Amino acid sequence: MMSNDFIQLIVFFVVLFALAIPLGLYMAKVFQGEKTFLDPIMGPLEAFIYRICGIDAQKEMNWWEYALSLLAFSFVGLFTLFILQLGQGYLPLNPQGFGGLKWDLAWNTAVSFTTNTNWQAYGGESTMSYLSQMAGLTVHNFVSAAAGIAVVVALIRGLSRHQAKTIGNFWADLTRTILWILLPISLVGGMLLVSQGVIQNLSPYLTVKTLQGANQTLAMGPVASQEAIKMLGTNGGGFMNANSAHPFENPTPFSNLVEMLLLLLIPVGLTFSFGKMLKDAKQGKVIFGAMLILLVLTLGTTYSAEIAGNPLVSKIGITGSSVMEGKEVRFGVVNSALWATITTATSCGAVNAMHDSLTPLGGLSPMLQMMLGEVVFGGVGSGLYAMLLFVILTVFIIGLMVGRTPEYVGKKIESFEMKMAILAVLIPSACILLGSALAVLITAGTSSILNPGPHGLSEMLYAFSSATGNNGSAFAGLNVNTVFYNIILSVCMLIGRFSPIVLVLAIAGSMAGKKITPAGAGTFQTTGGLFSGLLAGVVLIVGALTFFPALALGPIVEHLLMLAGKAF
Amino acid sequence: MFKTMGRAFRLLLAMTLLTGIVYPLGVTGLAKVVFPKQSEGSLVYKDGQPIGSVLIGQNFSDPRYFYSRPSAAGKDGYDAASSSGSNLGPTNKAFLDSVAQRAEKVRTENELSANASVPGDLITASASGLDPHISPDAAQIQIARVAKARNLSVQQVQALVDQYTEGRQFGFLGEPRVNVLKINIALDSL
Repeated sequence: MMSNDFIQLIVFFVVLFALAIPLGLYMAKVFQGEKTFLDPIMGPLEAFIYRICGIDAQKEMNWWEYALSLLAFSFVGLFTLFILQLGQGYLPLNPQGFGGLKWDLAWNTAVSFTTNTNWQAYGGESTMSYLSQMAGLTVHNFVSAAAGIAVVVALIRGLSRHQAKTIGNFWADLTRTILWILLPISLVGGMLLVSQGVIQNLSPYLTVKTLQGANQTLAMGPVASQEAIKMLGTNGGGFMNANSAHPFENPTPFSNLVEMLLLLLIPVGLTFSFGKMLKDAKQGKVIFGAMLILLVLTLGTTYSAEIAGNPLVSKIGITGSSVMEGKEVRFGVVNSALWATITTATSCGAVNAMHDSLTPLGGLSPMLQMMLGEVVFGGVGSGLYAMLLFVILTVFIIGLMVGRTPEYVGKKIESFEMKMAILAVLIPSACILLGSALAVLITAGTSSILNPGPHGLSEMLYAFSSATGNNGSAFAGLNVNTVFYNIILSVCMLIGRFSPIVLVLAIAGSMAGKKITPAGAGTFQTTGGLFSGLLAGVVLIVGALTFFPALALGPIVEHLLMLAGKAF
Repeated sequence: MFKTMGRAFRLLLAMTLLTGIVYPLGVTGLAKVVFPKQSEGSLVYKDGQPIGSVLIGQNFSDPRYFYSRPSAAGKDGYDAASSSGSNLGPTNKAFLDSVAQRAEKVRTENELSANASVPGDLITASASGLDPHISPDAAQIQIARVAKARNLSVQQVQALVDQYTEGRQFGFLGEPRVNVLKINIALDSL
């Protein structure tokens, strides 16, 4: 059984890298406006979109014009999505006749989808009309993903340009990402998923008499089209409440493989786009290497904890796995552990098993990955730009050790970049810890807990980490559809999304203006395995120093008590 | 600033039209033509009436049928308009008690000895609450009960279980399993 687990893991990673590397090189072409095979179809569509929107795609923007355009686009999206959900009861494509959402839930969901978080305080099939799912949520699955990618593209331009004032055009980056990358892959992925049994229709829910004669109502909807972009854009918001555990979202082991591949394709591919755009493939590989080191560590932790099982259940006398609570038989332990790891390594947050029911250490590494700032491949775009902030920290630390001004890809790292990078790491961390601390102290926070004991603290920590990291997965026992959680988590999502984006774009602008000096004899090489190791080390040390005390009180103590036979 | 907002709004509308209307409707149309059965939910019919989906589990309490896993979807379980796991944590006493009770129930129903091991999946709630499968182990221990309730030989039911045990997809993906609805339909037509 174990050996088959390893075959599944190896096949997954081999297929992933075989697809992601060519995709990465293709994406670099798209971002640099080079010729691709999709130009005959997408070229005219692109020109048409620019014409009706009054966009001059050739006009370069400096960093704050770029940031302002992104913020304007995000907030326009946020408010229209908010209104769409409030008014869905009066709108078409609503066969179940769902009414408008309550204001705090509509607000939370609007923030959640426009920040690429896809935190869900609602159950999809019992709340959202088909119109809200399609013209609201699906749209933001595309545009929020594209916005994240646009930011990293702007940062790469900043790193590669020599004494330039501008970092590209936001509208063009967003539009090209959707037309050349997200839409075509979603179309293929969506059809693959339908072939496996993911539903795609606009029919009303179907009530049947079951074999034993009871009534069962089957939720329906245009699921596959949303499912594909939900994974590809590291969004993670399920059409159904049970997300990718639901058989209509993820019916077979093969659909599960397709969804996991979609999830990591772009985050992995972007590290290769990065190398290509810098005209130095090694720079991309070194970041890929650091991310892979971290992923192997977290996957190893979750997988081995889940295989070790739950002794409190084992003692009842069972065959097979003792941790099938919250898991599906068709996926088993290995596919649930792999999924839980990669959905939190990236900022996806879709689940195929319920994270609240994972073993304590099985749930620890998903939580830790979100706390680290979603840099283990991370969200589309956001993972790479957040990791580049850690690269800046790493070269700074190395610079201190060797006594030279830190440099990265031929550009000096100075106090402005350091301040921005430190702020971008500190602000989200503060958000997670202060938010959880507040929730622990007041009844509005603690009364939502489902599981008693240290697991209750884990539920709250997980919620704030997920919202701030723009992940969206949950220890879903926590009842978060309350005014308190809807509002405070929406604030975390906004801070977690837009503070790094603005700071990263500021760095991009400042880096673009600098000279590129060729590497000298004393320049520390930021390529090779040594730098990968250092970078992974810095990420882990910063994360551990910040979050170890909180984790010790949650999952770690729960693990020790579980081994000691204690229940709550 | 107003110009930027205007552009943002127009681009959002264009993208809503493209990714929120054209794209999902396009996939819907294509799916209807290429995969009509799958896109509508892989429904199973009996006498012309749909009786469920092969992908969605159902509740079974009649001893003549194989039982599904426990379910946290809806009030009575297997509510396919309200999918959900239990979200109970690994050290939650209420969870551990209910697992122990279910193990007792499985032993009694299937006339097993008091310390017999029971399959883990048969006493735990699935992630979706709609898991259509049980493990081959979970089917095996129900064979004697089903055979007795239907006045069939154990061999007959065993043969059916063997026939309905699905291996890993392509030989290596996922886990071996038995689709409860499919095997129960087959039982009815024996």
